[in-house]
Amino acid sequence: MIKLLFRRVGLMIPTFIGATLLSFLFIRMLPGDPVLLMAGERGMTDERYQRLLHEFGFDRPYWQQYLEYLWGVLQGDLGESFRTKVPVLQEFLTLFPATVELSLCAMLLATVIGIPAGVIAAIRRGRALDHGTMGTALVGYSMPIFWWALMLIIVVSGQWGLTPVSGRISLLYFFEPVTGFMLIDSLLSGQEGAFGSAVQHLILPTIVLGTIPLAVVARQTRSAMLEVLGEDYVRTARAKGLSPFRVVGIHALRNALIPVTTTIGLQIGVLFGGAILTETIFAWPGIGKWMIESVSARDYSVVQGGLLLIAVIVMVVNLMVDLMYGLINPKIRY
Amino acid sequence: MTDTTAVSTANAAPNNQAPVGPWREFWAYFSENKGAVAGLGFFVVLVVVALLADFIAPHDPIEQYREHFLVPPVWVDGGSWDFLLGTDAVGRDILSRLMFGARYSLFIGCIVVSGAAVVGIAIGLFAGYLGGWVDTVAMRVMDILLSYPPLLLALVFVAILGPGLENAIVAIAVIQLPHYVRLTRASVMSERNRDYVTSARVAGAGTLRLVTVTILPNCMAPIIVQAALSFSTAILDAAALGFLGMGAQPPLPEWGTMLAEAREFILRAWWVVTFPGVAILVTVLAINLMGDGLRDALDPKLKRS
Repeated sequence: MIKLLFRRVGLMIPTFIGATLLSFLFIRMLPGDPVLLMAGERGMTDERYQRLLHEFGFDRPYWQQYLEYLWGVLQGDLGESFRTKVPVLQEFLTLFPATVELSLCAMLLATVIGIPAGVIAAIRRGRALDHGTMGTALVGYSMPIFWWALMLIIVVSGQWGLTPVSGRISLLYFFEPVTGFMLIDSLLSGQEGAFGSAVQHLILPTIVLGTIPLAVVARQTRSAMLEVLGEDYVRTARAKGLSPFRVVGIHALRNALIPVTTTIGLQIGVLFGGAILTETIFAWPGIGKWMIESVSARDYSVVQGGLLLIAVIVMVVNLMVDLMYGLINPKIRY
Repeated sequence: MTDTTAVSTANAAPNNQAPVGPWREFWAYFSENKGAVAGLGFFVVLVVVALLADFIAPHDPIEQYREHFLVPPVWVDGGSWDFLLGTDAVGRDILSRLMFGARYSLFIGCIVVSGAAVVGIAIGLFAGYLGGWVDTVAMRVMDILLSYPPLLLALVFVAILGPGLENAIVAIAVIQLPHYVRLTRASVMSERNRDYVTSARVAGAGTLRLVTVTILPNCMAPIIVQAALSFSTAILDAAALGFLGMGAQPPLPEWGTMLAEAREFILRAWWVVTFPGVAILVTVLAINLMGDGLRDALDPKLKRS
């Protein structure tokens, strides 16, 4: 296990270096003068231009610039946003909990509904229930989620008036963030109704972001279940006279969940991509909205830093998924 | 050739079972899946609509009828037979825009899939066959591309290249590349030590010939399935980029761009928002249904006996 850990972390190093290289090159590949792009201002004096040129290090050779950039990154220095003058890492850490909260809720929705749906479809293979569930899953899988979000807003918020359309909590409530997770903070604040408001704000974004993972989990669970249900030990369990519930719920499901767990872990990239759209539509102050706004506002140091941070998170999560796969799958012994 | 015919006629006579050609066999498996056939049917209709949009669309897609802002669809009060699905905020006919929009979506899908597949297969073939440092470098680069959320990477490429339909296509093709490379490489690695490859090499076939003529045809099944699935992903991603203002630019009637323009009217004119999304959803769904059918028909492991 330790050996595997080292090997996998070792494999991550070239990928990490590649990601820093991509982030580094990003600013330099943009059309236009990098100094003007980084400073985010036009019509500066020649003197100021020269000073900034030196400050950003664009007057040095590329390899030197890159090493300096890498050195800074390793120390947590990702530059600062020219819109807010706040260090990129700090902005990221402020907004990150909002994205994590939303993603966890979406993943929870996907798992809690997706796994039972997949199991039921597998048990009822070829019947109407199976076709219905899998048909719905395919529709979910094909969903343009930005449109889905608009539809939900029209019906749930517009016609039924059930949920708010933007933000994380009603403006009536204000408290200092403690954990950054609105559900927890609203409880900690002790303000009446704050938690309810946070939940209401979460519902639609969670459904929107969870739709595609939900479909993927349901499809994956079904096919994993079908494979397992054909195994000899399941037949043995049945022959022993165990209740169908025990056979399916304990013997089969535990093994079927191994590939499903991996699938769930690998949805992280999908979630970040979906978060860009979901957060934009629901004005959810997280990483996705931050990235798209920075791209539109040409706040390139933020794009550069955010790109690297997100890549690192995806890499770390993938690593954890790999390791967990080794832990939960008894067939794999390193 | 004559022999085959003779044999098949001989067999056909007594029990009416000619040996089936690959296409017939494929169709037999494919048509078993009713969803796949329905998807194919819709797709064919869509292609026809896209090709004939000039003739069958009732209006010009970018003509603005100044007296007809936000006319609802024909079955709603205030609707008009002139505009079956209503008009948008500047008085353009939504049905016509959707018909022309089909062109963009299909075009995007075709270009992205062919571009990503050709380049990805080439890299995957050589990485898998040659191994060594070529393989290491290629796979590490793909790992890097895969460690970003696809949509984010596409956004960043578009930021570099500048917003627009062509650049969105390039960006989406790049983010799909790793899937083809990995898939091809994996199949090549499982094929390259087979006897038929060795015998072709002994017979004097060069690397290029070995890789393209000998090995590639035997790796095609998973690649074709991937192509179908990435066709639908390409359409979705292009629409998402259009929606975020980074893809096709107004007034092009691209479906995602239409949604972006319609966003501010969601609570006033539902039809402006609903129909472009339905078009995207149904198209992607049809292609995914086809993809599932292809997988069932082409992947011998999953074939039901």
